[in-house]
Amino acid sequence: MDLSSAKMIGAGLACIALVGAGIGIGNVFSALINSVARNPAAQGQVQPFAFLGFALAEATGLFGLAIAFLILFVF
Amino acid sequence: MAIEIQPLEQFKIDRLIPLHIGGIDVSYTNAALLMTVAVALVTALVVIGTRRQALVPGRWQSLAEMSYEFVADMVETNVGHDGWQFFPFVFTLFMFILFANFLGMVPYSYAVTSQIVVTFALAAVVFIGVTIVGIVRHGFHFLRLFVPQGVPVVLLLILVPIELLSYCIRPFTLSIRLFANILAGHTMLAIFGGFAASIGLFGIFPLGINILLVALEVLVAALQAYVFAILTCLYLSDAINLH
Repeated sequence: MDLSSAKMIGAGLACIALVGAGIGIGNVFSALINSVARNPAAQGQVQPFAFLGFALAEATGLFGLAIAFLILFVF
Repeated sequence: MAIEIQPLEQFKIDRLIPLHIGGIDVSYTNAALLMTVAVALVTALVVIGTRRQALVPGRWQSLAEMSYEFVADMVETNVGHDGWQFFPFVFTLFMFILFANFLGMVPYSYAVTSQIVVTFALAAVVFIGVTIVGIVRHGFHFLRLFVPQGVPVVLLLILVPIELLSYCIRPFTLSIRLFANILAGHTMLAIFGGFAASIGLFGIFPLGINILLVALEVLVAALQAYVFAILTCLYLSDAINLH
């Protein structure tokens, strides 16, 4: 296996990081729906935290993307 | 029929005014132009918004007041009253990133925050500044930040290095989060644009997805500015209140 094909495989493997990001984002919003369903009055208070959690969870997947770019274009 | 689209071409830096000082390339680039525009727009918003202070605010004034109150509220709730002196810093940071992200969403402009050098510079300023604030405020006591309270000594041997490491990678996570979000978003838009352009009539489907993605990217642009600012607040709170 030459270097360029190994790079392609590595970049593809780096995308597995998206599994965790998907689970994380799903968790964040399921918790949001749960809490709003239990106490609709709390929506205004919990929604900013939900979006903060969404952004943080999404970013972990993008770290994987950053690694993929590193593998493809830097090395 | 096949149109070649390079998804990463949009991040290319062009030298608008080539300039070399002492062997260092300090050219005025398109990224620098967009940063200048962002700073000019933020300044214009705040200056115009506060020029005529009416009791019943007009459009500009309420926009300026809303952004002020938004950041002021964020600082007040996350840092507390001691953090009030850092409000100008957080406000500047938030508005600059917000405007840079939104300007990047304008077609054929340039997303400044997709350059790691820009976001890392911002994050490094935050990191170094927060560390200095902590040391100036608490002196040697600042190191207590790395020692969790009420933990057995044996566990401390593991926990202190972890705390130290998690403190030291803050500038990297802070910068890569913003950079990767903007980079991934714009790359994805370009890739779906490439699909739409290359498959003819059926390109209407990727085009529809692209419209939804633009909406998502506008959300992400605002959200990432918010996240950057609120994490800055949390780090400041760590340094000022020591947990």
